[in-house]
Order: sequence, then structure tokens, then C-alpha cells
Amino acid sequence: MSHFSPLTFRACVVSVELHGTMAADSTLLLSLVEEFVSGLQDSKAKDTATGVKDGEFTVLQLVEALGLSLTSSQPHTRARGVQLLSEVLHECYGGLTEREVEVLIAFYENRLKDHYVITPPVLQGLRALTKCTVLPPGSAVSMLRSLFQDVHVQSLMLTERACVYNMLINLMGTREAELKGLGADFVFGFVQSMDGERDPRNLLLAFQIAKSIILRGYDLGKFTEELFEVTSCYFPIDFSPPPNDPHGITREELIQTLRDVLTGTPRFAEFLLPLIIEKLDSDVQSAKLDSLHTLTACVSQYEHKDVAEFLEGLWASLRREVFQTSSEKIESAGLASLSALTSCLSRSVLNSDSEDSLSTFLDLVLKDCKHHLCEPDLKLVWPSAKLLQAACSASSRASHIITVSVMPALIEQYNSRAQCSHRRTLLEVVQRFIQSVKTGRTSESEDSVFLDFRPSLCSVVFSALTETNSSLQITAASVLTSLAQQTGLLLDSDIELAVDHLSRLLLTEEDGSVSLAVVECAGALAELHPEAFISQMIPRLKKEMFSAPLVQDDNRAASEQHSHHAVRQRCLSALAAVSTRPSVVQQSTPVLLEVLSSAHTGGVGFSVEEVVLACRSLQRIAEQVQDTEETGRCFHDIIIPRLLSLALQAALQGDGAPGGRSPLLEEAVLSAMVPVISTSCSRLQPALAGQTASRAVSLFLDGDVSFLPDNSFPSHIRLLKKQQGDAWSQSQMVCLLMGCVCSLPRSVEVPRIDELLSELEEMSCTCSHLLSHTSAAKCFAGLVNKRAHGDSLDSRIQSTMTRVCSELDSASPSARTQAFTLVIWVAKALLLRYHPLFTTLTDKLFSLLDDADLGPLAADGFSLLMSDSADILNRGCHADVRIMYRQRFFSENSAKLVEGFNAAPQEKKPNYLKALSNIVNKLPKQVQVTELPALLSLLLEALSCPELGVQLSTLSCLQPVLVDPPPALIQQLEALINRLLALTCSPAMDVRIASIRCIHAVSRFPEHEILPVRARVLRALARPLDDKKRLVRSEAVHARADWFLLGS
Amino acid sequence: MSGGTRLENANPMIFQRSGERLLKETDEDEDVHDPIDDREIFDLIRTINDPEHPLSLEELNVVEQVRVKVNDAESTVGIEFTPTIPHCSMATLIGLSIKVKLLRSLPDRFKIDVNITPGTHASEEAVNKQLADKERVAAALENSSLLEVVNQCLSTRSI
Repeated sequence: MSHFSPLTFRACVVSVELHGTMAADSTLLLSLVEEFVSGLQDSKAKDTATGVKDGEFTVLQLVEALGLSLTSSQPHTRARGVQLLSEVLHECYGGLTEREVEVLIAFYENRLKDHYVITPPVLQGLRALTKCTVLPPGSAVSMLRSLFQDVHVQSLMLTERACVYNMLINLMGTREAELKGLGADFVFGFVQSMDGERDPRNLLLAFQIAKSIILRGYDLGKFTEELFEVTSCYFPIDFSPPPNDPHGITREELIQTLRDVLTGTPRFAEFLLPLIIEKLDSDVQSAKLDSLHTLTACVSQYEHKDVAEFLEGLWASLRREVFQTSSEKIESAGLASLSALTSCLSRSVLNSDSEDSLSTFLDLVLKDCKHHLCEPDLKLVWPSAKLLQAACSASSRASHIITVSVMPALIEQYNSRAQCSHRRTLLEVVQRFIQSVKTGRTSESEDSVFLDFRPSLCSVVFSALTETNSSLQITAASVLTSLAQQTGLLLDSDIELAVDHLSRLLLTEEDGSVSLAVVECAGALAELHPEAFISQMIPRLKKEMFSAPLVQDDNRAASEQHSHHAVRQRCLSALAAVSTRPSVVQQSTPVLLEVLSSAHTGGVGFSVEEVVLACRSLQRIAEQVQDTEETGRCFHDIIIPRLLSLALQAALQGDGAPGGRSPLLEEAVLSAMVPVISTSCSRLQPALAGQTASRAVSLFLDGDVSFLPDNSFPSHIRLLKKQQGDAWSQSQMVCLLMGCVCSLPRSVEVPRIDELLSELEEMSCTCSHLLSHTSAAKCFAGLVNKRAHGDSLDSRIQSTMTRVCSELDSASPSARTQAFTLVIWVAKALLLRYHPLFTTLTDKLFSLLDDADLGPLAADGFSLLMSDSADILNRGCHADVRIMYRQRFFSENSAKLVEGFNAAPQEKKPNYLKALSNIVNKLPKQVQVTELPALLSLLLEALSCPELGVQLSTLSCLQPVLVDPPPALIQQLEALINRLLALTCSPAMDVRIASIRCIHAVSRFPEHEILPVRARVLRALARPLDDKKRLVRSEAVHARADWFLLGS
Repeated sequence: MSGGTRLENANPMIFQRSGERLLKETDEDEDVHDPIDDREIFDLIRTINDPEHPLSLEELNVVEQVRVKVNDAESTVGIEFTPTIPHCSMATLIGLSIKVKLLRSLPDRFKIDVNITPGTHASEEAVNKQLADKERVAAALENSSLLEVVNQCLSTRSI
């Protein structure tokens, strides 16, 4: 141990700081030093640092005051002295001058040679100095030289090792050029320092340094392999953080930083690739996965010469993993690696003398995989196809090489096989090839690689479409879609033939899944080639739909009728599917409208169901069509006026029409028209939508029919006024008004809104027809939801509430139900927008839970409040919906509900339970889990409530919570299991099924919690195994199987 | 599955899976009694995993619906299964898995017979005898490592 005297050091400092005068509080400083060094009071370091920062004394004075401690013959005293200095520097390094830093570094470097107990504080001091901005030139190098020379890092403790790594990180951040001047010595020093590091926290730092060394271009010299060895020995990372995870280091973080190091430079290739091949042979799944991901990452940096000598080994490993694996993750990681490897080889520039490594490699792949494609009933057909497709998707050169070799074989196989299942497999393989090329293509100008196979592929697809095997037809339809999506591949004549096949299948094919596939294919093709559909398919479908079925009075006619209905159904859905381009919409929507008008006039008989389907198709078109001026005009100027006109004609005819009642009077048809109107108003051309709204308002308020086609209406139409008798045919049209005015974007003003609101309120309270008054209430609510804040809105709500309360106090049950309907919808409208008046309505609703007649209705109403409604008050209708309104409602009202439950008489309690389960059911899962402890006893109570509805709704809200059970639930396990098991014998099969599902979910609770009840559950589940309903049995089988697996 | 080991039959024939049983209206009807039928029993065993491949017994055609016979009234079930190759060393294990699956999934009134399809395995008789012997089956299930393998075949696929 050297006995360096700090006197020289002091002399230096003094010479620099001659002007430094002893301050008056030298005694204070001396006592601080004394108390820290001898008194071992660690807090004094902080005080000293504060003194230095405040300018009470200088670092020089501190050093002088430390003099005796630093020269002590006791190593521990010297260590203490250095520690004080280091801790002060740690706080005050920013204020040091360059000269001071230089002296301090010289001192510390020298101290590295001192006794080992002094090393830790010395390192701390050096680390503080590495953060100085005024580090003199050359000092970084000299610091590191002394460090690497005098310190054996791995003999240090954890924090000191971290200190060394941090020094390196600091210096690499600010003194990169200087460190690079050290040449390979720097790398060597680092390699020696980290060699044998065990702590994950330090490893993260060390990997970070190694990554910078590689990425910032430090000279690795002859130490490339050493650097690789010292880092790669941790690969693959196997680390699981301690249970409470105190340091916040994750496995993923370590894996990623190490991967960055290993894949950082092609110079590691010769070491890394053999390592990966070796680790892929491991039995540990995570090691395989990590190796594959690392392979994918590294080859993206490499050139073909880096991988050339390992290609065979890599291919053998990848092939084995994909052929034999049982894990999808490994399979997809292996395929991704193969893709990356192939694209690495594709990037290589060919020299005349070097061999083409891509084609050599692909030859290898083809040799091992291609022959499996000819065995479509054996297991390896799919792994082989996937491997080939992964390679195929890597580059256009690769796709050329592979398709040229594979496609003729596949087509030949298809033609030589007779079995449908074989043919289907082959066709599916073909499809995957087409898709793999589609995703891999980059340049548009290139010809499709399938150009040479176009004729044979088309003939295969068309012949498959004419087969009788449905799964073959379905596959053929999707192959056709893929082919059409290859730009420039199919000729116009191919498309025409395809459309012909599709139309034929639509009209003749009975199988539901086939026609679904055909409709889907038609939709995709029409997007790309609208002309063929306009000229061929639409006229053909129209002709077929309007040809009346032969009416005969025997059984054969009935079945023909049935099949004719099915044809129309398919035609209607195909018309919707093909209508994505505006040009197609111009042709298809008139056909659909014609269906509606002939249904109304009775010219060609269409059933109510068919009319509804026509409306659905119009709705679907409105949802999917591009929002252009052209389509906007089509919907707002033609389709909506036509719908309103037809509905009005039907309404005016009423029941007494000569040809029988028009289908357009049916609630189902009107309800199907609503979304056509609301979708157009909400998403197509706001300006035109506004026009539609004002036309509709004047139609409903004034009877203004001027915008309707076929205008032969009487002049005294009053759609919103009370009709004579209970004539509902006109009043129910209010649902169309709702579709129109409630779905407008909020930028569009609804004209004459106050007038409308009054009429709607009146109608919802007085009109006894269900659809009419409900629609009026919903329309009222939809308008209130979007109405601007202010007094006029508030007074409107107040007056409505007064009206409703008096209706609720009336004796007539129907008036009360109607009033309740209005309350619940208005409540929903206000809840969604957080309107302050909402609380008045909630209180009313809660009080109704005790009502003898309306109680159950009120309980159900909570489900309406909490769920999204399809036709109104949703975001699609541009309603004012605040986020998390459900949570807010729950947190504001759950206490009231519990209180009400406790206070309610026994016979009213089910209403509260039902309301509660309705609310909890709709809450987002996170909220359910946090709120559950408070409500658990109530929910368990609800499970033993005799009412089936309550049981069911409680079970359905428990089930998702059981998937990830909060601790409160686990504590109640006994009570939960008892109640659930009791419900498995319920007379209602829905309850039996739901309770068994819950019991099933409990089997995933922490094992030690549920093992005690395992035997009891297994016994109890034996009974539903013999249930008379198959659905119950099958749930019981699943649940019991998982309970059996418990503990193994 | 470790990388080095060779499978007995690395590239077996794959058969199509039958879809889910279609729901009938009567299935939802509380008052109708649904008898336990062949298809229901087949649905119980078709999803059992093969001990070697990541495939189900149905995909390997080890079990077929035509080889399932059930009589709900008399409470009997008879199953025949077909090993993929005549020397398959896994035959007993597969048979045991089928038997255990049925024991766990059927009411205990049923008598369950599991046999190898006649003429499809070299040691057919020995395997049948083992599977029919109640005590040997019970003893096999006491063996924890064997039970673990069986449970693996019966677990729904994971990873």
C-alpha cells in the first residue's frame, strides 16, 4: 500500500488558489469534518456540501481541513476523509474550475493505488468528476487508464461496479472523441470490467455501454470476439424479477438491450449465427423464441457474405422448428426469421464471379418443402407451404424464383386430384401464395409474378366454382378475390367470366356459407371492377327478383316460394355488397327502391321480410359508400324523399287499402327505414343533411309535401297531431322524423326546435300507440341531448318534468307507462351529456323502484340507461356522449341504491337487485373490479334472489369479473361457490348454463385457494352431466374437465 | 417437443375436422329432453390431443364418429379407436386418455368400453385387455407422471 502524502496535493491546490483566504468559519468546517470522519455522522456531508454551495467555504478549504484525515495512517480514516470529499463533489461538481478538476483528478487517480477500503469513495469522487463540463482535455483518458490498470471491477461491490459503469456512460456521452483515441484499449478495458457481471441492474448498464461502443463506431481492434463473448454469454436471457419487483427491471428490457448489442454489427455474425443455431436446439421454448427473434433482428443488418457459410445450418434449424413445433408463437417467429433471412440474401448485389446465394438458398428450401405440397392429405403440407410463402413474401426476386417452381406443380396436382378435400387444400395453398406475394410487393409498375399462370389459375378457380362441394367453392371465391387484387393480372374477359359465375351462384346456390362467400367476393371485385357489375350483375339480379314465382296451390309451390324468397334474399344482400363505388350505387339503389314501391303498390308481391331486407341493404350502402357530393345527392334528394313518400302513401291508405294492407305500414319495415335515413343524415354531406332535416320538419309540422315525389297527397296532413280514434298509421311515422333530426352532425341546426319539442312531448304523453309514443319520446330525447346549454333548455326540461310527474300521479296505467317511457329516455339524454338536471330525474327513477306497478319496469330501465342504444343517442348519431358516463352514474348513485335496498320492504328488494345488476353489468371491467368489494354482499344476495331475471343478470355480470378475480371475491369463495352450485339445479336452463360457466371461471382462481373445494365442485358437477338439456351438459363437461385438471 | 428427438410418424395423414354441432331449435326448448347420442360422445373425444403431434385425435382419424356407439337408455358407450400405425407405442396412452375423458364427462350410470379397431394394431388384444381392466386403469391414474401425460392430452391447447 503506498503512503502518498496529500501534502503535495495540497501544495498544488494552494498554488492555484493563492487568493483563497481562510474564512472566518474555519472552525465550523473543521468541526463538520471532525464529526463526519471521526464521529461517523453521515449527515454532516450534506451540511458541508450546502456550505460549499452557499459559498461559506471553498473546496480548497475543505481539502485543507481534511488534511489530517487524508494523511492518517489508518486506512479507514483516510477512506472516511475521501468519502466526505466525494460526497461534497457529488453535490457541487458544477461549480468547479478546470484547474480544480485537474488537481482533483490527479489526487483521485493516485488514491486508486491506496488501500482497498478507500477505493469505493474514490470511485464515487471520480464519477462525480466525470459529470463536470470543464473536464480538462486528456483527463478522461488518464482517468480510464488508471481505472483499468488499478481496479479489478468484478471484485468490487454491486454499487461500486455500477459506479464504474456510470463513469463510462458519462464519459462516452461527453468525451467520445477522446475515448476513441484510446483505441482498442478502451474496449479491452471495458471487456475486463464487465467480465463476470452478475447483477441484472448492472448488466443493463453494461449492455448499454456495449451497445454504444458498437453503434458509435469505437475501434474494436482485435477484441471483437472478446466483446462478443463477454456479452453473448448471457444469451438467451433467463431472468425472472423477484416477486415484489423492487428494481423495476424486466426480462423484456434485458432481452432487448442484449439483442441490440448482439445484432449491432455484422462483425459479430461469424460468432452470433453459430450461437443461434446452437440455442435453437434448446428444449426451452423461451430460448428458442429469443433465438428466432434475435436471428430476425440481426439478418436485417447483415449482408449475404456474413450469412453465407451458415445458411445450411440455419435452414435446417428453421425447418425443424416449423415442421415439428407445437407452438404457434415459435412457428410464426420461425417464419419471420426465414423471411428476414431471405430478404437479407435478396439485398445482395451479384458479382459475375460470386454465386447467387439467394437462389442457392431457395433451392435448399424448395428441395425440402416442394415435394410435401404434393401430399395434400399429410401433415407437412401446411408447414411446407408456410415456409415457402414466408420466403416468397421476402422480395420480388424470391417470389419469382419460388412461384416459378411451385405454381406449375400445384396446378398440376390440382388437376390430377379427384378428391374435393385434396383440391381444397391445394387451392388454399395457392391462395396463401397469392396473398404472400401481395403483401410483399413494393413496386407497382412490375408485372404480377402470376402473369404466366393467369390462364391456368383462372381455369382452376372457375372449375372449382362449378363444383358441388361447398368448401371448395368457398375457397375458390376467396382465391378469385386474391387474384383480382393483384393489380393488372386479370383481363377484362376474366372479370366478365367471374361476374357471370358469381351471378349464377347467387341465383342458384342454396348453401348459406357459399352464398356468403360469393357475396363477399362480389363486393371485393366490384370495388376494383365496377363496370362489369353495372352492366351484368345488377340487371340480372333485378330481373330475377322481379320475376314473380309461379303460384300454385300445392306443396311444391310452397317450397318453390321458399326458394324464391331465398334467391331474393341473396340478391338483396349482393346488391348491398357490390355498392361501394358511387357509380355502382347509382345503379343499385334504384333497384332497391323499386322493391319498396312494388311492395307498396302490390305490383310484384314482396313479403314484409323482403322489404325489410331491402331497407337493410340501403342502410348498408349508406354506411359503406364513399361520402361524395354524388352519393349525398342520391341519398338526400332521391332515396329519403322516396322513402318518406312511400311511407306516407301507405299511412294515408291505412288499413282500408283496396289491395290489402301495404307492407310499408308494418313496424318492422318502418324500423328498418329509420337507420337508412339516420345513416345518411349522420355521415353523408352535412349541408344536404340539413336540407333533408328542414324538409322533414316542415313535412311533420306543416304537412308540406312539396319535396316528395309522386305528389298527389291531400293538403291537410297533420302527422304529429292526435289522430281520430286510435289511428296510428300516420302517427307512427314519427320514427322517420327521429331518424332524420336526431342523427344530424352537431354543426347542423334543426329548425323550429321548440315547436317540435312541444309537439313531441304532447304526442309521447297522449298517443297510446306503442311505436308512436316511444318514437316520439326517443326523438324528444335525441333533440334534448344535442340542444345547446341555457335557460331555454332548462325550462323546457323543467316543464316536461312537471307534466310527466302529474301524468305519473294519474290513475291510468297506460298514461303512467307512457310518462315513464319519456322519463327514462330524457334521463338517458341528460346522463350522456352530464346535464346538471339529471339528478332530479334519477331521484324520480329511484323512487319508482318502490312503485307497485312501475317498479320492475324502472329496474329494467337502468339497463337502458347504461347501454348503448342502436338507433339513437349514440356516437354514430353525433350525440353528446361524455366519456365514462357509466362510471360517473355508478359512483354517484350506487350508495343510493344500496340504501334504498336496505330500506325497501321485502317484496320490493328484487327491483333493487335487478337495477343494481343492470348497472354493474354494463360497467367497464376495471371499474367493476374496483367497485366489487363494496357490492359483493349485495350481488351474492342477488344470486339467492328467487327471480330468474335477477339471477341471470347477476351471473352475467359476475362472470367477467371471475376471469380476473379481485381479492375481495376470493375471500368470499365459500359463499360464492355455495350459491353458484345451488343454481346449477335451477329449473331454467339459462340459469343452469350461466352458473356452470361461472363455476368454470372459478377454476382459474389461484390454485391454492380453490383446491379445498375441488372435490365438492366435482361431485356437484356430476349431476348436470346427466342434465336433460345437451347445452347444459356440454357446459358441465367443460367446467368439470378443467376442475379435474386442477392441481396437476 | 425437443428439437433432436425423432417422431415415430413425422408426417401423418391429416383429416378434416368436423365443425361445431349445429344448434337446433329444440336445443333451446326447456321441455324437450335431448338424449345423449353418438355425436355428443364423439364431440367429447374428438378434441383430445395426440400425445406426439399438435393435432387432435379427429385430425389424425384415430377416432371417427362411425366408431362411436352409445345407448342412452341402457347406459352403455362403446368406442373403437384406430392408431395411425400398427406399431404405435402410444396406443395404450391414447386409449387411456379416451377412457379418462369419458369417465370425467359422462354420468356414472354409463358403462364405458374402449377398444382398438379390430385388425389395426399389432398388440391389439393386450391393449384392449388393459383398457378393460378397471383396476389397472385406476392404478394407472394413481401414477402421477402418467396422470400428467393424460391430463396434457385432455387439456385444451395452450402456449
